[in-house]
Amino acid sequence: MPRTLVTGVIGADTHIVGNRILSMALEDAGYRVVSLGALTPAGDFIKAAVETAADAILVSSLYGQGELDCRGFRDLCVEAGLEDILLYVGGNLVVGKQPWEAVERRFLDMGFDRVFPPGTRVETALTALADDFAARENR
Amino acid sequence: MSVALLIDFGSTWTKLRALDLDSRTLMATAQGPSTVASDINLGLDEALARLGDALGGLPPFAYRLASSSAAGGLRMVTIGLVRELTAEAARQAALGAGAKLCGSFAYRLTAADVREVEARAPDIVLLCGGTDGGNRDAILHNAQALARSAIRCPVVVAGNREVTDEIVAMLSEGRRLVMPTANVLPALDTLDIEPARIAIRDVFMRRIVSAKGIDRASARIDHVLMPTPAAVLEGARILADGVEGREGLGPLVVVDPGGATTDVHSIGAGEPSEPGVIRYGLPEPHAKRTVEGDLGMRHNVAAIVAAVGLDTLAANAGLGIEEAGGALSRVEASVEMLPATDIERQMDGALVRAAVDIAMKRHAGTVETVYTAQGPVQVQRGKDLSAVGWVIGTGGAIVHARDPASILAVACTDTRDPGSLRPRAPRLAVDADYLLYAAGLLAQVDPVAAFDCARNHLRLLDPACAPPASILASARTR
Repeated sequence: MPRTLVTGVIGADTHIVGNRILSMALEDAGYRVVSLGALTPAGDFIKAAVETAADAILVSSLYGQGELDCRGFRDLCVEAGLEDILLYVGGNLVVGKQPWEAVERRFLDMGFDRVFPPGTRVETALTALADDFAARENR
Repeated sequence: MSVALLIDFGSTWTKLRALDLDSRTLMATAQGPSTVASDINLGLDEALARLGDALGGLPPFAYRLASSSAAGGLRMVTIGLVRELTAEAARQAALGAGAKLCGSFAYRLTAADVREVEARAPDIVLLCGGTDGGNRDAILHNAQALARSAIRCPVVVAGNREVTDEIVAMLSEGRRLVMPTANVLPALDTLDIEPARIAIRDVFMRRIVSAKGIDRASARIDHVLMPTPAAVLEGARILADGVEGREGLGPLVVVDPGGATTDVHSIGAGEPSEPGVIRYGLPEPHAKRTVEGDLGMRHNVAAIVAAVGLDTLAANAGLGIEEAGGALSRVEASVEMLPATDIERQMDGALVRAAVDIAMKRHAGTVETVYTAQGPVQVQRGKDLSAVGWVIGTGGAIVHARDPASILAVACTDTRDPGSLRPRAPRLAVDADYLLYAAGLLAQVDPVAAFDCARNHLRLLDPACAPPASILASARTR
């Protein structure tokens, strides 16, 4: 059975194009994609993941407010019974020139399993998903 | 001459409508008391005798069809997973099937929840949860909880299809009637409540009608087809959408303020009427029914007063506070009361306007401006009814009012509340002969005649006499 992924753009962010392309690529790769689109509150990612029994949530944020929007995301998942769900986040996550390592660290600390910088290729995400799902099966 | 007899077994009255299928007009109406508690035939016979008097003898009927809201109506409990998703889809399906909701549950049922369902003793349980291929644990847990409970009523199962067979097997023990059907929310962006509605109606016809003693009238009628609210919704639907060979009126709203609840039905897609507006939330049903259990002109007067305030209500009625308070206490003392004096009529007018105003505000969608880094964006929740062409009033509180247009006008847009997507410039009409339910029933056997009868008897109101006045908005601006 194909794995289910929830995608969407978090917060008051309307940048939908990249997220659409990512969702289409994930579908082509054989995943079942629940695409929530732009302007999606954090809580809606979690509700959708509960109802569809999703295996991973892929959060996009392009407008620099990602840090505010994503705060407590893992905690919300834990509260909803999704302790173990795979969480990715990617895009223009912060404003200004900040060293990537520090940004990545901050989002990893929030409970995301992987954090992707601007300009990430779809193939990179696909490889990461395959690796992480395989690792979970071997646990 | 071909005549159809349409019967509404109500909680207070047994109402009859005789429709001439050749001229597509109403021939006569009659009513008798509701006698479902003793023998439903007594009230029906009394009503039939009156119909015979009006027609100079009863003609042979080509069809004898009935709807029922007697014996408490169709009482349902709905169960889903996430409150805003499958639990909401389940509520929409049950309301669309004409049910009276006596409980809506989300997530996993607790022991206390199960006891509550047992205590409420519904006629039917609608069990949903999970999109197709999605969550299966919650609905399995809830099915298990129902299977172990004392609940023996029929269960309609409309959840994640992967576990439907398992659930049917689980619930069929204990000799329950279990009706599996398609998922109300097969995917997050797809609402599909029609199969569940059909399944609920099927169970209603097969089981509930006899359980409530309505089938004792089976010698005098052909079928009891559906709960009365479903018949009204069906009548509204054919009027809006048309039938084969007849073009419909287009998107419309029907408001039905009653003694205990206020129903609003809207037919139409409700998509944004302005470009660039983003839709948020669950897809909306094309034929949507909402029931406001706290807005009744007789049983829930206190709730209406609490919502708008006595001073606003009195001002709307054109009365002083003391006169208004006195009229209200007479209503509360006797819920059967019909207005006799001018003051009581004025007060009733204000009450029904307030009920319609609040019910319409809850039914219609909203639009709000969200300020994003890319500038302002309009976000719509619920149905956009601003382009709806018709608002139709039904029920005694509107039909017998002195100025029905003043009641229907409050259902429309108000400049003081621009975020509410109510009808902007609809034509106003009343279902003066209470024919929508009859048309909904007749549509099951002769849709064209049903459409013509409903259309012929719609009484248009002059919009010029309607002041645009939302009571809610005036309460806020005070």
